[in-house]
Amino acid sequence: MNVLNEWAFIGVFAVMAPVFPALPIVIAWLFRPRKPNVLKSSTYECGVETIGDTWVQFRVQYYIYGLIFLVFDVEMVFLFPWAVAYNEMSLFGFVAGFLFIFLLTDALFYAWKKNALDWK
Amino acid sequence: MDELCTGLCQLLVESGADAGLAHFLSLLVGVLLVSGIPLVTVIVLIWVERKVAARIQDRIGPNRVGPVGLLQTIADMIKLLSKEDITPTAADRVLYNAAPLVSFASVVLIWAVIPFTPFHFGVDLEIGALFFVAVASFGTLAIMVAGWASNNKYALLGAFRVVSLLVSYEVPLVFALLAPVLLAGSMSLLDIVNAQTGMWFVVLSPLAFVIFYVSSQAETGRAPFDLIEAESELVAGFNIEYSGMKFGMFFAAEFLHVFTNGILMALLFFGGWMGPLYYESPLIAFAWLGAKGGLIYFTTLWLRNTVPRLRIDQIMAFNWKFLVPLSIANLVFISLALKVMQELGVSPRNLAEAGFVELLPTTVVLLVINGAMTVYLLGLLRKRGQEARRESMAARAALAQAVAD
Repeated sequence: MNVLNEWAFIGVFAVMAPVFPALPIVIAWLFRPRKPNVLKSSTYECGVETIGDTWVQFRVQYYIYGLIFLVFDVEMVFLFPWAVAYNEMSLFGFVAGFLFIFLLTDALFYAWKKNALDWK
Repeated sequence: MDELCTGLCQLLVESGADAGLAHFLSLLVGVLLVSGIPLVTVIVLIWVERKVAARIQDRIGPNRVGPVGLLQTIADMIKLLSKEDITPTAADRVLYNAAPLVSFASVVLIWAVIPFTPFHFGVDLEIGALFFVAVASFGTLAIMVAGWASNNKYALLGAFRVVSLLVSYEVPLVFALLAPVLLAGSMSLLDIVNAQTGMWFVVLSPLAFVIFYVSSQAETGRAPFDLIEAESELVAGFNIEYSGMKFGMFFAAEFLHVFTNGILMALLFFGGWMGPLYYESPLIAFAWLGAKGGLIYFTTLWLRNTVPRLRIDQIMAFNWKFLVPLSIANLVFISLALKVMQELGVSPRNLAEAGFVELLPTTVVLLVINGAMTVYLLGLLRKRGQEARRESMAARAALAQAVAD
C-alpha cells in the first residue's frame, strides 16, 4: 500500500470509529423509556442540591502541571526523528540530540527547584 | 487511481463497479475487518476482567448466564439498552453526547496501526508509534469534555484530577516509547516487531518496559492510579451524570484500552508474534501475539486488584520526581552506551537487522547498565522511605510530647 492509500484507510477508520459507539446509543434511543421530570434531570439527582455556578475557579496546581506537560509534550515529538535516525546519525547530530535532552532536563529541574512540582 | 486499486478493489472494478466507489468500499471492508477484532474482544474482556477480579477477591464472579457466565456481558448490554437515558438540564448537550463517542473512538482508532501477524494489519504507518501517542491523547480530551459538559462539581473535579494525572504520565510513557523506536530505527510497529528477531527489546531495555508498564497503568486509570473513579472521594468522578449506554461506552473504552496497551507492550517489547513456529501460519503468529498480550493484560488486572489507591500528591510526586527523570536518564544511558559501542565496533551498526549472536555483547552491556540503574534507584527509594518514616516518627513524637505537656 502506498502512502496515500494508507492515510485514506486512516481517514475512513477515523470516520467509522465514532460510529461504533454511536450505534448502540442510537439503538438504545429506539428502545429506552422516556419519562423525564424536573427533579430527575436536575444536576446531581438524588444528591445534595448544588449551590452556585459549577464552572468555578480551580486549583492553580492543575494549570501548572498542564504548563509543564505542554513544554515536554511538544519537545518530545522532536525526539522521535532523532531516535529513528539514530543508527545513521553523525556524531554532530547525536550530540545535538543530547544537548536538546539536557535543555529539557534543565527545565524540569528548574520547575522542581521552584516547587512547581509540589502538590500544594 | 489504478496502482492504488488492488485486491478486493480490483475485483469490484472488474465486475463493473465505479472505480472511486470500489476504492472506498474496499477501504471500508478493511476498516470493518480490523476494527471487528477489538469490538468482539471487548465483550469477552469485560467477562475476563470480572472473573479475574472475582477470583482474586475469593468470589466466583458471573456464572449464571451462559456457560461459566460467558453471556453475562450480552445480558448486561441488553439491560443497558433498555435503561432510560437521563441528560441533566444543566448539561451542555452537544459536548455531553460527544464525550462517550470520542472516548471509545480514540481507543478503537489505535487498532488501525496494530499489526496482528506479519501479513495481516490495517495499515503499517511509518509513524505508527507517534500515531498511537496522538490518538490515545484523545481519550484525555473526552474525559475533560465529559466532566465539563456534565455541569456537576464532582464531575468537573474528577475530570481535573484525571486530566492532570493522564497528561503527567504521558511524559514517561512517550520517553519509554522512544527506546524501542531508537533500537529499531523506525516508528512503524511492523518494523519494530521485525527488529526484534535477534533479541526482544525487553531484554535490551528492561527499564523502558517497566516505565511503559507503570505509566500505561496510570493512563488507563487503574489502581494504584485509579483517581478516575475514587468512589469514596468523588462519588464516581467525571462520569457521574452519565447513565445507560453512554455510561457503558466509557466503561467499554476503559476495558479495551487496558487490553490495547497489553497488546502494544507485547509488540514493542516482547517481539509481538515471534515464537516457535510463528512463520508456519499466520494463525500461530496471531496466537503468539494474543498469548503475550493476554499475559501482560492479566498482570495489569492482578496489579489492579491487589494494590490500594495512592493520594494525588503522591501520584504526582512519583511521576514528576521519579518516573520522568528516570525515563530521561534511561534514554540517555541507552543511546550513549549504544553509540560508544558502535564507535568501538562492539555493537552492530544496524541493530534492526543484527542476529542474536551479533547482539550478544550489546545485550550484556545494556543489561549491566540497566541493572546498575535499578540497584541505584532502589537504594535511593529506600533512603527516601527511611527519611520519610523518620520524619513522621519525629512528628508523632513531638505531638505526643505536646499532648503530655
